[in-house]
Amino acid sequence: MTTPLTGIGVSPGTATGPVARMAPPPELPPQTAVVEDTAHELETATAALEAVGSDLDARAAAAGGEAADVLFAQAMMARDPGLAEKITVRVGKGETAPHAVSGAFEEYRTMLANAGAYMAERVADLDDIRTRAVATLLGVPMPGVPSPGHPFVLVAPDLAPADTATIDATQVLAIVTEHGGPTSHTAILAKSLGLPAVVACADAGTLADGDRVLVDGASGTVEIDPLDEVVAEAARRDEERRAALAASTGPGRTADGRGVQLLLNIGGEGDLDRAVAADAEGVGLFRTEFLFLDRTTAPTVVEQEAVYARVFAAFRARKVVVRTLDAGADKPLGFVTQPDEPNPALGIRGLRTSRRFPQLLEQQLTAIAQAAAASETDVWVMAPMVSTPGEAAAFAQMARTAGLRTAGVMVEVPAAALRARAVIAGCDFLSLGTNDLAQYTFAADRMEGELANLLDPWQPALLDLVGMTAEAGASAGKPVGVCGEAASDALLALVLVGLGVTSLSMAPVSVPDVRASLARHTYDECRQLAALASGAADGTSARQAVQEAVRGAGG
Amino acid sequence: MPTRRVTVGSKVGLHARPASLFVQAAGRQPIDVTIGKDGGEPVSAKSILSVISLDARGGDVVVLTAEGDGAEKALDELAAVVSTNYDNE
Repeated sequence: MTTPLTGIGVSPGTATGPVARMAPPPELPPQTAVVEDTAHELETATAALEAVGSDLDARAAAAGGEAADVLFAQAMMARDPGLAEKITVRVGKGETAPHAVSGAFEEYRTMLANAGAYMAERVADLDDIRTRAVATLLGVPMPGVPSPGHPFVLVAPDLAPADTATIDATQVLAIVTEHGGPTSHTAILAKSLGLPAVVACADAGTLADGDRVLVDGASGTVEIDPLDEVVAEAARRDEERRAALAASTGPGRTADGRGVQLLLNIGGEGDLDRAVAADAEGVGLFRTEFLFLDRTTAPTVVEQEAVYARVFAAFRARKVVVRTLDAGADKPLGFVTQPDEPNPALGIRGLRTSRRFPQLLEQQLTAIAQAAAASETDVWVMAPMVSTPGEAAAFAQMARTAGLRTAGVMVEVPAAALRARAVIAGCDFLSLGTNDLAQYTFAADRMEGELANLLDPWQPALLDLVGMTAEAGASAGKPVGVCGEAASDALLALVLVGLGVTSLSMAPVSVPDVRASLARHTYDECRQLAALASGAADGTSARQAVQEAVRGAGG
Repeated sequence: MPTRRVTVGSKVGLHARPASLFVQAAGRQPIDVTIGKDGGEPVSAKSILSVISLDARGGDVVVLTAEGDGAEKALDELAAVVSTNYDNE
């Protein structure tokens, strides 16, 4: 029996099945000789593009609504006369069909990419057609999520948002990626779909199509060609886990009864059904960007109020924490984004946009307050990207003037954590956005897969900032919650509680695991686990130390 | 040379569905039509990639130009597509 492959388990559960690898984008071999029969070469290029266009037309017809619009526009791109002209010119100069097609697309890509952040999706659409056309010409498999026609374990270097949109949850048994980390797109998607997933599994590259594997998303292992007894045992453990989760209900609390509010992260009305059905104590993060995206002007107070009212009504008699607009920079909005920022993540985003557009924030707070007044929900409000005590106090003041009783701020900028005592003095609560806090603390781009280890929420330096912030809350007698991906990690939740965090907000699918985990440990045990993690050298050893301690105690 | 100045009617601008409809309509015309932003370089209305890279937003003014037999009719038709608000369709 071979040693299992190891990585980071990011979504619990086990599954056994055959591997199907995601095909990589086609590599263009260098061109060695000039093409002689240019007429034939041009015909080949044109035929490939027509094939891609027809395929997209067929998929547009099969899809519906907005997806069909995008696919249809893509089909038109494949047949664009301007593109055909550029290809003709290149083939005329002797380029092979794959090179001419790739080069012509590159010219348009540059044009679109220079047109600004708004065009980013169009560039992705263009890249998609280009890789399809080149793959057709090179005679290699279409890149993207495979469809082998039977349930499979998806193995890939990493998954991009565009890939995840095409995943068929009824066919994919589990996900294994070579790169990525606990906060990467793969982790978030796998958790929301309830699929076992292991990321940062460096040796996954050695797996071949058809290999039978057992994926354990909790321990982060991938066993190749497991024995039948091992598979049966894994299935049994899974069944036990599911039963334990189903039996775990009610408010979050430790084994000795210390309450830890379990809340939900939602991003729009589409999340409502699943959120309302979840056994949780309210919403800890209501993202409001969806109201402002894809628009050229801001929504009116009346428009906003109607949407907030619907969300509040769904959580009557529970708590909803609304995050004010977190846009600008890497979340561009036409009427708010500053063009050409050198470092968008460090730019005018979140609360900072209210320096230039104060009325936007005023209107949003008014709308929230009006909707709150007409509801029976305990509505709180918080601002993103707060960096100083002054900003926190000013925001809280603004919120109260608008008629809101409870106002707090997100702690994602390290300066706010370092000065947490002064920050919380001017407002009512704090909420740690661990994803961005890790980004800024480690100076590591959230999107940079290579730096995933720095963005690991188990990193002791990050835990120090969490602890500092939680302590400030305890001293002031005010709540401090976590709403980043860290909160959804059932093991890390114990550490966070041990550090003094009073609430955890996560995707609905993660709540049962976290609740069950908390119920198995006393508050004192959580404090011990927190000390273990904080004393470790890095994220990996912190996680390992806590995992061993919990297993040792039979937890 | 016959021209039309038209305000883009859809909030999403000349992208996605409005752009597809515009380029399809342009493809049906017997002559070539160009489109450009006010004061900007005109591009072929039959090229969806060129139309999209204009990045014409809702409320922007674009200039349509055509020449030859049927130019006025072609411009009328295309101007109607540009100015229509497709947001609720």
